[in-house]
Amino acid sequence: MRNVWTIARREYNLYFMTPIAYAVSFMLLLILGVLFYLNLQYAMSQLYAPGIQIVLGPLVFLLLFATPAITMRLLADEHRMGTIELLLTSPVRDWELVVGKWLGGWLFLLTIVAITWIYPLILNQLVDPGIDQGPLITGYLGIVLISAALVAIGVAVSSLFNNQIAVYFVNLGLLLVLWMLMASPQSVGGGSNELLNYLNFRNHFYDTFYAGIIDVQDVVYYLSITALSLFLGSVSVETRRWR
Amino acid sequence: MIEVEGLTKNYGIRRAIDGLTFHAQRGEILGFLGPNGAGKTTVMRILSAFMPPTSGRASVAGFDVVDQSIEVRRRVGYVPETVPLYDDMVVFDYLKFMADLRHLRDSEERVEHVLSQVHMDERAGSYISTLSKGLRQRVGLAQALLHQPEVLILDEPTIGLDPAQIIEVRNLIKEIGRVHTVLLSTHILSEAQQVCNRVLIINKGRIVAEDTPERLQALLIGVERVMLKVRGKTRGLEKAVRQVSGVGKVQLLDDGKLEFETAPGNDVRPSVARAVVEAGFDLLEIRPVGLSLEEIFLELTREDPAIQTH
Repeated sequence: MRNVWTIARREYNLYFMTPIAYAVSFMLLLILGVLFYLNLQYAMSQLYAPGIQIVLGPLVFLLLFATPAITMRLLADEHRMGTIELLLTSPVRDWELVVGKWLGGWLFLLTIVAITWIYPLILNQLVDPGIDQGPLITGYLGIVLISAALVAIGVAVSSLFNNQIAVYFVNLGLLLVLWMLMASPQSVGGGSNELLNYLNFRNHFYDTFYAGIIDVQDVVYYLSITALSLFLGSVSVETRRWR
Repeated sequence: MIEVEGLTKNYGIRRAIDGLTFHAQRGEILGFLGPNGAGKTTVMRILSAFMPPTSGRASVAGFDVVDQSIEVRRRVGYVPETVPLYDDMVVFDYLKFMADLRHLRDSEERVEHVLSQVHMDERAGSYISTLSKGLRQRVGLAQALLHQPEVLILDEPTIGLDPAQIIEVRNLIKEIGRVHTVLLSTHILSEAQQVCNRVLIINKGRIVAEDTPERLQALLIGVERVMLKVRGKTRGLEKAVRQVSGVGKVQLLDDGKLEFETAPGNDVRPSVARAVVEAGFDLLEIRPVGLSLEEIFLELTREDPAIQTH
């Protein structure tokens, strides 16, 4: 575990020195800010009190695009620069490397997410008697879990190629498929439809956390995705030794 | 310290190394000499537990590189040929990171110690991206020395360095070799002669010769080569040279050049020069040429080698 922390700490610190991390955080917060403002304007003109959903909704969707940009470097760059050779010849197990990379990326993503707390704070000031605290807490809990899964998928994809651009697009494609995965409304019942609906990345957030509900099933879903991705990432790192 | 038996590695259908068997003792500096693509890097990657072999066995300090790879990695310091380092890190932080991965106690003191060992104290605060090739090589070496490894594996440690740096690195290796076992690869013959106690010549994944540098050198200079150059036509030149006693194989090259072999210690240049002039050629130049490493390999890997090994 000590190695995991050593690797995670290095990755986390490195983010503050790479332009891509600043660019991604800036764009994310900018788009979120513009949407926040527009939603606020609309709510005022329609004379209703906006909830935390005007932040959570866009934030989760934006994370789909932002996370691959944050994670694409993690293992791809080690392979490209050859630095993986020194990591894999130090007494570090392959899974420790993968989990360390994931932890570093996750902590950085959570740092960006933490900054978005300014929007609920502003909203709380504007709305009388304050916003509903339930969805705020569960919403952010959901985002913490989704981030863990997104970063884990990102690390796994990053272990596949040396080229960061290739990693980004494969990763984004994969996430969008998971996001849109659902049974067609025309088809009737059946196990495969249930499975498709279960795998859908979006439902586990919007049906529960978003509405202020915590369902163990959703927590398990995101944790399973995280664990499975980290496992596959470790297998991928190990198989690349053979090439 | 290092035991290798029947080591084979295939990349797809290409066989990089083919049934290598060798060993190295404690405190020995073993040199791997070979042209590019001979399989040197592959052997080093297997011994540093970076990649597993296709077949055969290798053990370092008594631990198998596949089954006890973590134990091997604890005892090996490795500098790959390209010296891959994190450009966006400061030298000190990088070494601290590597020391932490090895769970070293007093890691900061160890980092300071290895930095002084490779004479890099003043550059501890520099970004790795700003370092020259020679300094990068030293950081790579520092990284490999952090945990006082029993075995040090260096892949082409002097490639791309200037002459002063080369001498410095070689001295450093000799110093380290007194305590640790060092395995280094090179394609420079003189380097192997200067630094190593024992040399393995490897070509196309096989060991073609193995001996001390002195004895190997004696084997390799079994013939001496002389090049001569004339102006104008060269017809009949080959014949004129061949008639001189003591001249071995003769080969006519272009541009009026010709090369011939003689036995060492028997300088036939005066008589060859005389013969060439008497035959009516305008002699421009006559001088000995050393056997290049490539030629040695050609010799060693011929079906019927002129140089007998072992």
